[in-house]
This record gives sequence, structure tokens and C-alpha cells, in this order.
Amino acid sequence: MASKTEIPVTIAAATPATSLSKDEILRYSRHLIMPEVGMEGQLRLKNAKVLLIGTGGLGAPLGLYLAAAGVGKLGLVDFDVVDFTNLQRQVTFGTSDVGKFKSEAARERLSNLNPAIEIVAYETKLTSENALELFKDYDIIVDGTDNFPTRYLVNDACILLGKPNVYGSIFRFEGQATVFGMPDGPCYRCLYPEPPPPGLVPSCAEGGVLGVLPGIVGSIQAMETIKLLLKTGDSLSGRLLLFDALAMKFRELKLRKNPNCPMCGEHRTIHKLIDYYEFCGVRGEEAPEVNLNVPEITPKELKARLDKGDDLFILDVREPHEFQICNLKGHLIPLGELPRRMHELDSSREIVAHCRSGKRSAEAVDFLRKAGFKKILNLKGGILAWSDEVDPSVPKY
Amino acid sequence: MAVKVIIPTPLRVYAGKRDSTEVQAGSVGDALAQLTTQFADLKKHLFTEDGQLRSFVNVYLNDEDIRYLAKDKTVTKDGDTVSIVPSIAGGRMG
Repeated sequence: MASKTEIPVTIAAATPATSLSKDEILRYSRHLIMPEVGMEGQLRLKNAKVLLIGTGGLGAPLGLYLAAAGVGKLGLVDFDVVDFTNLQRQVTFGTSDVGKFKSEAARERLSNLNPAIEIVAYETKLTSENALELFKDYDIIVDGTDNFPTRYLVNDACILLGKPNVYGSIFRFEGQATVFGMPDGPCYRCLYPEPPPPGLVPSCAEGGVLGVLPGIVGSIQAMETIKLLLKTGDSLSGRLLLFDALAMKFRELKLRKNPNCPMCGEHRTIHKLIDYYEFCGVRGEEAPEVNLNVPEITPKELKARLDKGDDLFILDVREPHEFQICNLKGHLIPLGELPRRMHELDSSREIVAHCRSGKRSAEAVDFLRKAGFKKILNLKGGILAWSDEVDPSVPKY
Repeated sequence: MAVKVIIPTPLRVYAGKRDSTEVQAGSVGDALAQLTTQFADLKKHLFTEDGQLRSFVNVYLNDEDIRYLAKDKTVTKDGDTVSIVPSIAGGRMG
């Protein structure tokens, strides 16, 4: 685990700061002239330690606003590397950061934004083994992750240590935010005792997220964090904020502490961190890996046969909006529509089915074989492999 | 009783891409039964095989969790809103 620390001269490590420097007074002047913050509030921020779990879509506005606001110590936990597809929403990163560790790239960006604060990058995956140790020095934990196992882990570790957990999550155009782990408030398990089993959540075909959405939800989390630190306003604890970006509507639901909650109830049955991947069915968020044993054809074999003039029917089982991104001039029938559109296929011809990565088309081939189609193959690795092995001009997404 | 049922984004694909629908129902259980009759694909996402509401799906009558009311027997009145709120984890593409 690598970590880099910058200890600014203005912050004493052990004793709380009792004053601001001239530079800090100027930097935070728009806070200082508000009675809700003032000198006292700004010193609270300066003496605060906040740990961000995840430096991606939600972590971007969180890191930027908390650093800009002058939160004295920010911890950034992320094991991932900046990917080109992250730049659409993870606005902490620039194009030149692609390939760098996210926590380190974020640390650099936030240090530039505010050199007067301490920023610690933890290039590590949050696990049941390291969570308590990582959390113990921080006042507030902010959950900006993207998977169920880590969300339950963050919740349980916060309850065990008695720390607030500022929660936000997103899906396509919809977001949720609240604060868990306050002394009288509910925890994540009060809201959802169990995660969805793998396979019952939407697959990659229905995934995706509008880039602005994590910006909005992460900003709400940043606001809740700052309010908790300032001890001002009404916290979202006990309320679940739902945001629908398409309708541009905010709704609020009551969240109650479950007296029988296994984690924070009166008769707690969970006393230590568990194996969260097992608890969430190994791959909590995504559909299980399809291990269908279906006949395959590699992109190179397909190319050779097409060049030879073989009569092959290309079946594309992706969604119409994916077809618009790129296609192999196949006949489009989305996987979900296959059962009722099977009549469009000629079982006497040889069919090659494909999708983006080969997963959905394997399901299609399996389905069609069970329906009696004999001459059908799955394009191994899908369009992604076609782009890698045959035609690099086909864009990957 | 005319009750509005709000369908969350992850489940809209099983509900003809609708974001809400109106049903005639005297209880929350009744409203959900009407909903899953209207959109049969939704059923396995909301209920277990023995007909229990799944534990990662919460149902609210207006702003109150039905677990703290009379569960599926919670009485609905004209103009009520039933919200289905499933757990979502993030926006990662599989």
C-alpha cells in the first residue's frame, strides 16, 4: 500500500488548529463572512478528517469541493487506474492522467487546488482486513463506491467504529443520497438488509450513467459532509433523498432505524466484518459470468470465411443505440426481443451471433440451439475482439 | 382507489419503459398485484418464488416504508403514491 503525505506547515499534527493564516483567511473569505460558517466553522473544517471511498464519479465532486472548502485532511481510497472511459464523468482527472492510479492522480489534482491541506492517497482495495484500520483516524467516511460488497463493508465498519457514513449511489439517470451511522439514525442494513442476488440486477445492456449525475449526487454528499462537520442544518440522516434527473425531481422518503437490524439494532448479531463478496453472491452488482458452453468462432476465422464468400448470416443481439455506435452490418435483434422475433431467422443458413463482448450473444446462441437451431456460432469476444484482431477502425465502447 | 405507482429506473425495462402507472387498488399489496399483472416481467424482480417481497426492494406508501405500516395490507386511498425503491450500487458498466 503506497501512500503519500504532505504535511503543510500550517497544520499541527496532534493539536487542533486554533487559528487561520493570512492566506487561509483570504482563501476561505467567502465562508468566513457567512455567520453559518465563520471563523469557528472554518476551523472545524480545518481540523476535520474525511475519508473518501472511491475517487471516481461520486468521488470527483466530493474531493474537489471538500479540498476547496478546506477540510484539513482528506484520505482517498481507490485501487483502480484512470481509464479513458472514466473521463466522461470523473472530472478530477484529465486526459494526461489515463493509466495513472486514481488515488494518486486525484491527490495531485486536489493538492494543486488546495496546497494547505493534507491529502493521503491509499492505492489499495478496501477489504474486511484493512477497513477498520483505515477508518479509525477519520471523523467521517464518504461512500462513493460502485458495488454492493464495498457498500456493506463501509456500512458495517462505520457502525463498528461509530462513524457517520455519507451515502450516495447512482444508476443511469437516478440517484439516492442519505447519511447513515448517526447515533440515532438508521444504517444501510436498516434500509436494505440484503443485497440483490447476482443476475437480478440489470446487465451491461441496460447500464451506463449520464456524466452529470454523479456530479450532482456527489455534490449532495459533499454538502452533507460539510454540514455534519459544521454541526449545522438538517442532516439527511433518517431521510432517503431520491433524485430523478430526467424528470428533474427530488423526492424524500422516511428512513427508520430498524430495531431488529443485525448491525445497529438492540440485539446486534454482527460483531465483526465478514466476507462481503460471499455475502453478496461473489459478484454482487453484475450478472453472473455466463459460462455457457456454446460453439464459437474467432474474429479471424469469421473474417477468413467472409472473405472466402461463405454464406453467413450475422446476427447482432445488442440494443439499437449500440448498433449506432458501430456494427458489423449484421441483422439486429436485441437479446430481449429474440424469443418473439425468432421467425426472422432462417435455421437452414449458418448464423454467427455477436454482441459487444460475447456474453449476451452466448446467451442468444444457447437459446437458439435449445429452440432447434443447429448451425449457429458465437463470435468469441464480440465486437471488442473484432476491433482488436481484425479491424481496428471499429470503435470500442 | 386510483393509486400512482412509481417505477424506478432499473426496473423500467420490465415495465414497458414506463416511469409510473396508475392502478385501482385498495391496498399496497393490491396495487403491486395489479402492477405485476400489467407488467408480468416485473414479478420475479419484486417477489420471491413464494410471493414475498424481495429484501432489496423497498416499497413506500407516500413517504413511509410499508414495513412500518401494515406491509402489503396497508390501505391506500385516492391520490396515494406507491414507490418501489430497489437498492442501486453505482453506475459501472458490466
